[in-house]
Amino acid sequence: MPMVNIAGKEVEVDEEGYLIDLSQWNEDIAKYMAVEEKVDMTDNHWEVVNFLREYYDEYQIAPAVRVLTKAIGKKLGPDKGNNKYLYELFPYGPAKQACKIAGLPKPTGCI
Amino acid sequence: MSDMDMEDDGSGVVKKFMFLNRKAPHGTVYALEGLEVVLITAAFDQDVSLVFTDDGVYQLMKGIDTKGIEVKDFSKTYRALDGYDIEKLYVDQASLDARGLTEDDLIVDVTVLSNDEMAKLMDEQDVVISF
Repeated sequence: MPMVNIAGKEVEVDEEGYLIDLSQWNEDIAKYMAVEEKVDMTDNHWEVVNFLREYYDEYQIAPAVRVLTKAIGKKLGPDKGNNKYLYELFPYGPAKQACKIAGLPKPTGCI
Repeated sequence: MSDMDMEDDGSGVVKKFMFLNRKAPHGTVYALEGLEVVLITAAFDQDVSLVFTDDGVYQLMKGIDTKGIEVKDFSKTYRALDGYDIEKLYVDQASLDARGLTEDDLIVDVTVLSNDEMAKLMDEQDVVISF
């Protein structure tokens, strides 16, 4: 597995750049992943990333995009729990990109 | 035109899938791999039922602690199934009884079935996959 140096710390990632050891995650790593994904992090981006971390903590999986959308709608309201909003934040797939930034594995069933 | 062609109208065919979980959660990869297959199947909008029988009932036990064996505790993931619209979870009564367990020992809401009820449910399925 490749190693990358993020803010002076060596971390292990998989061949697609996802963090291997979740417990290593911190804001520096999130910012590094965001640059890799060409995502300019705003408060709205952080809200989704933090939501994903809470989801993972509770269920031990990275949700499929459909499930993420629904769960966000439940917690943050329909203005945010829809495809348009989430794809505007993460154009290459909210589950895929936001999970990477959140330090989670790639969602199951995500190609 | 064959039946297959008639069904292929773009809306997709919904089949009744049953996933049968028969093994203890750790020690083999069956339980975790089975769970992944279930989550993937859910993405295809199929009619999914999950059955836990024999040592498979241990997969749903509350208070699993895997620290000592250094593997991931995925038992919490069964609680995410609801979000994937998988709501049909069945447990075999005799398997619970044989292990001194009741519904209260399980981390999710399930329907407990007798042997006869389970046999009937199995008979209604298009596909049964055993893990």
